[in-house]
Amino acid sequence: MSAPPKIAFRDVHLAFGPKQVLKGVGLEVQKGDSLVVIGGSGSGKSVLIKTVLGITTPDSGQVLVDGVDVVGARGRDREALNNRIGMLFQGGALFDSLTVWENVAFGLIQTGAAKGKAARAKAIETLARVGLDEAVADLLPVELSGGMQKRVALARAIADQPEIIFFDEPTTGLDPIMSDVINHLIVECVRDLGATAITITHDMRSARTIANRVAMIYDGKIVWDGPVDKLDAGENPYVDQFVHGRAEGPIQMTVRR
Amino acid sequence: MNVLARIGAVVLAFFEAVGRVAIFAGSALYHCIAPPFHGRQVLRQLIDVGYYSLPVVALTTLFSGMVLALQSYTGFARFSAEDAVANVVVLSMTRELAPVLAGLMVAGRIGASMAAEIGTMRVTEQIDALATLSTHPMKYLVAPRIFAGVTMLPVLVLIGDVIGALGGYLVGVYRLGFNASAYMQQTWNFVETMDVVSGLVKAGIFGFIVTLMGCYHGYNSRGGAQGVGVATTNAVVSSAILILIANYFVTESFFSK
Repeated sequence: MSAPPKIAFRDVHLAFGPKQVLKGVGLEVQKGDSLVVIGGSGSGKSVLIKTVLGITTPDSGQVLVDGVDVVGARGRDREALNNRIGMLFQGGALFDSLTVWENVAFGLIQTGAAKGKAARAKAIETLARVGLDEAVADLLPVELSGGMQKRVALARAIADQPEIIFFDEPTTGLDPIMSDVINHLIVECVRDLGATAITITHDMRSARTIANRVAMIYDGKIVWDGPVDKLDAGENPYVDQFVHGRAEGPIQMTVRR
Repeated sequence: MNVLARIGAVVLAFFEAVGRVAIFAGSALYHCIAPPFHGRQVLRQLIDVGYYSLPVVALTTLFSGMVLALQSYTGFARFSAEDAVANVVVLSMTRELAPVLAGLMVAGRIGASMAAEIGTMRVTEQIDALATLSTHPMKYLVAPRIFAGVTMLPVLVLIGDVIGALGGYLVGVYRLGFNASAYMQQTWNFVETMDVVSGLVKAGIFGFIVTLMGCYHGYNSRGGAQGVGVATTNAVVSSAILILIANYFVTESFFSK
């Protein structure tokens, strides 16, 4: 019998008020995969990964990690689970009252994995992995450029060596060169940690660099799911339209969210 | 029918809000007493609420005590009851003015800044980030603030009591020509433990109201800079109103015989 998928969504439904965001998402991510979820703005991409972290709770359906349903997990179970997951937020979400190294070491200190000098050393070691040197460790996040903040946020996400990493629009708001730098850092980090990754993006360059599998979400459902080299095969009209960025096609842009 | 439906909707919305605040308050109190504690956060809030509010509270109570002496003197002179000035000043300060004024000033200073800080953390996903780093946001952000409010406001009010009485003394002795030791004697003879204690109990309740409202509105803010602005306004307005309402009922329970 084969091992259960690392992460699986089974018929996940979620509504915010009258707005149905997820309408029965079904998706599986195998251990070690780097899945990129593509889809238009407001299509519920970010919400999907937040259901795994318990930040949002689906109305129905299952979210399985290693075959265990994590919907509604609370207290210690939730903490233990989230310990195994790292997340890079869209805007970085660095704590602006803390210095760079305190941000990176935050998870380590909270779980008691490291303290004081050891935590700082570990933070600096992690910063080095994302190409930042010790000089930035004592700065505040606001003193850094957008690209640097993203790197620090990435360092924070990987600091306690998670088995699962989520990247929410990692290249949004960055120039093309910095985007490429971040993309390659993500690829390296995921490979080095041997982690399972889900990346949310609408940046196709980014998707092609990071992914070995791609899934497309449209209108609250996964409309296509396959290996990255099938992306251009033209199997699916939605994917085809999105990948080529055409205004005409089955996807109609709505003005209101 | 339409009118009834509207009234019903307003009433339901009101009770929904009350319920949300109550659940939030319950959770906050639970996290105040259940370990682990975030000592650094608690200390930071104690200093912010207690120490940095001191000048504002001191100035407010000083001038209130002064004006109270002046007003009651001009009023009581008509009945040749000038001797009562010291009593009026000390009773009004300890029972009413110090706690209410300190509460309102702290609502403007602390409640607003808490709503703005936590609100910004919410809209920049920093609160979600806490949850992914094995830290309960209620425990890390809300509990230390509520604890600081409940413990520090009584301290501020106690200091305010003394400064308010001093204000009355200064005006009484240097402006209205009272005998210094007689004024002191009058003040000291008339103030009872219950007067001070009731004021301190009020202060604790107001401290809870201010920090709860600041945290609640910040925590539930939505939608960018405007949302944070709305949260800040709501925090200050709701705490000011709740302070005045609570003040009546606490007074009622202490002094109605």
